[in-house]
Amino acid sequence: MDFGLSEEQELLQQSARDFLARECPTTFVREMMRSDDGFSRALHEKMAGMGWTGLIIPEKFGGLGMQMLDLATLAEELGRVVAPGPFFSSSVLAAMSLVHSSANALKKEWLPRIATGEAIGALAFLEESDRLDAAGITARCTKTRTGYRLQGTKMFVTDAHIADVLIVACRSRGAAESGVNLLLLPRDTPGVSVAPLHGIDQTRRPCEVILRNVEVPASALLADEGKGWNLLRRVIDAACVVLAADSLGGSQRALELAVEYSKVREQFGRPIGSFQAVKHIAAEMVSEIEPARALVWYAAYAYDHEPRAAARAASMAKARLSDVYCRTTNRAVQIHGGIGFTWEHDMHLWFKRAKWNETAFGDATFHRERLAQLAGF
Amino acid sequence: MDLSYTPEQETFRRKVRAWIKANLPPREKDSSGIEYGDPKRIAALKAWQRKLYDAGYVAMGWPKEYGGHEADVVQQTIVNEELLLARAPGLVGMMGIQMVGPTLIQFGTDEQKQRHLRKILTAEEIWCQGYSEPGSGSDLASLKTRADLVGDEFIVNGQKVWTSNAQFADWMFCLVRTDPNAPKHRGISYILIDMKSPGITVRPLIQMTGDPGFNEVFFEDVRVPRKHLVGELNQGWLVANATLAHERNMLGSTTRTQQMFNGLLRLARSRQRHGQPAAQDPVVRQRLADLMIRVEQMKFHAFRQLTDSIKKRPPGIGASVNKLVSTELNHDIAALAMELMGSYGALARTSRHVVDRGVWPIELMFTLGLIIGGGTSQIQKNIISERGLGMPRESRR
Repeated sequence: MDFGLSEEQELLQQSARDFLARECPTTFVREMMRSDDGFSRALHEKMAGMGWTGLIIPEKFGGLGMQMLDLATLAEELGRVVAPGPFFSSSVLAAMSLVHSSANALKKEWLPRIATGEAIGALAFLEESDRLDAAGITARCTKTRTGYRLQGTKMFVTDAHIADVLIVACRSRGAAESGVNLLLLPRDTPGVSVAPLHGIDQTRRPCEVILRNVEVPASALLADEGKGWNLLRRVIDAACVVLAADSLGGSQRALELAVEYSKVREQFGRPIGSFQAVKHIAAEMVSEIEPARALVWYAAYAYDHEPRAAARAASMAKARLSDVYCRTTNRAVQIHGGIGFTWEHDMHLWFKRAKWNETAFGDATFHRERLAQLAGF
Repeated sequence: MDLSYTPEQETFRRKVRAWIKANLPPREKDSSGIEYGDPKRIAALKAWQRKLYDAGYVAMGWPKEYGGHEADVVQQTIVNEELLLARAPGLVGMMGIQMVGPTLIQFGTDEQKQRHLRKILTAEEIWCQGYSEPGSGSDLASLKTRADLVGDEFIVNGQKVWTSNAQFADWMFCLVRTDPNAPKHRGISYILIDMKSPGITVRPLIQMTGDPGFNEVFFEDVRVPRKHLVGELNQGWLVANATLAHERNMLGSTTRTQQMFNGLLRLARSRQRHGQPAAQDPVVRQRLADLMIRVEQMKFHAFRQLTDSIKKRPPGIGASVNKLVSTELNHDIAALAMELMGSYGALARTSRHVVDRGVWPIELMFTLGLIIGGGTSQIQKNIISERGLGMPRESRR
């Protein structure tokens, strides 16, 4: 029984924290928020240099071949600094879609390029209905002589505007889980048009992707014809664990900022942190964040080592951290008082990331129901 | 990270399971909490603890010279898990094992260790805790029970309250004021009192549940030999704080929580709501799932703390977080169970048509008591914020 990070993971965490403290201060985050595409190729290349862009990509494809708990540890640090950029889209969603697929030719072609940072991937999953179940996938991929023709609109596709390659969830038949396909295509394939949406969390850049008679070869399939849902579900579970880790890191930092402020800000002749009401809010934040850490670690561990528990664990972690991060940032803003409400103060960066994380890949309500089903209530 | 048990640990678990199966006493109809239970059952519970001790399953981590086996904490965890699975009775001598025992190991004289430790483990002697007073609850250091040193004896006068087990305990570990002129934290001593001493009166208090459990204890010129002092004179606060941390951990145990949740899930499947099982109602499912997540979370949090203690990492304010979170979680589980039972939830144990032997209303009340006892949630939040986060203390008298 050894429940916790290994020495190597603690080193990874510390080196990530040091790197990001230097490379990703809030001044940089704000610069990215203001920029057109929210993307710093320089930072992406530095992260590639650290091996991060290929962290979970197998070594034979140029990655570090690490596991979900390693990825979650890194994700926690990225969440701590509200890191902008396509790491989540490319090195988690797109990379996982390929890593778990059986399409060897596509893996050989794209994984090394994602690992080196040369290529950026994005996953197009949701549509206008915002449904997270298989029935939400209605974009059509009609069989042609050479492959498929894609038609439809995908929504909330993060980083599609800077992606080199898109992984699109679409449907060749049926209306439920059977008939779903995951297809990989270069973003510049004729018929693909990408329109940025504007989010309140400007560190995440969602896009609308319109597909009009997009022709792709049969080799674009990431799973067997009509059997893409299981692969997609595994990627969604990975997304849930990573988002939970991001939320954990952000929650911890929001707590630290609030406590620091409360020790310095004086009212009624004393630091506001000396008032019991403020102390109790902080204690409640601690009592939610610390056990949540154990839950995230378990979900990451289960993803790789407990296949029968993995989906449940991912939903538990996503549900819990969705709530905890939002509650924590709400409280942290309040502890800051009026200045916590300003654009100029950094507190809103975490508040908005918490909101984005809350609903991405299923909010707490969705995942609690999923848990109820998986646990056989 | 590795959540598996080693082959040796699995072999050990099988051995423990087989032993429990062969030795578990028959279940009694009324299985209310042990600490606050019916004193007439005490003899049976003592015998059970003795049996467990003889089998080598009590206080396994204690030093061998005091009756332990210096076993690693994983083995004790395995034993505790198996006892829970078998729904075995609790340890009647828990307070001795978890609280005063470790305190004596750390601060006691050799004579005190020889005199008391073994009997703690065998349940030959049961202990109670003399801390709170009518005027000193959360502000424990303000306690007023006096112990005046006269020659080789303390003369004790005063009163303790909320003293669980006092009605059948053999010994009390007691905080007394030995220097009324010093600042309050520096005038306290930790002494051991024989409950058979002349001058002690125990008056049972009835809990909200209707059961006796805790007591008032009155001291009138009670003579306590000086050698029953633990630690230095007037240094009792230091000794007491060591015990308080152990108590918080004991109250924050996750095994009970998991047991309660399993009971709640069974209830949800068997009760009906709007003509279907409550466990199919979407709102009930949300609340059940949320509780399940909170329960699982505490299980993993406990694994983490287990690992930290194996690796000898300092526990920090972990015990306070556990106590705060687990006690409130237990209460929330009982509260949902009450809701699911509707009108049936308001029936007492003795009523016709009572559900689940009337255990849930008792749990609801009892878990509220545990939120308050052992340091209220508000005190735990003070500790977490002040000692854990370094937030400034308010000035206090």
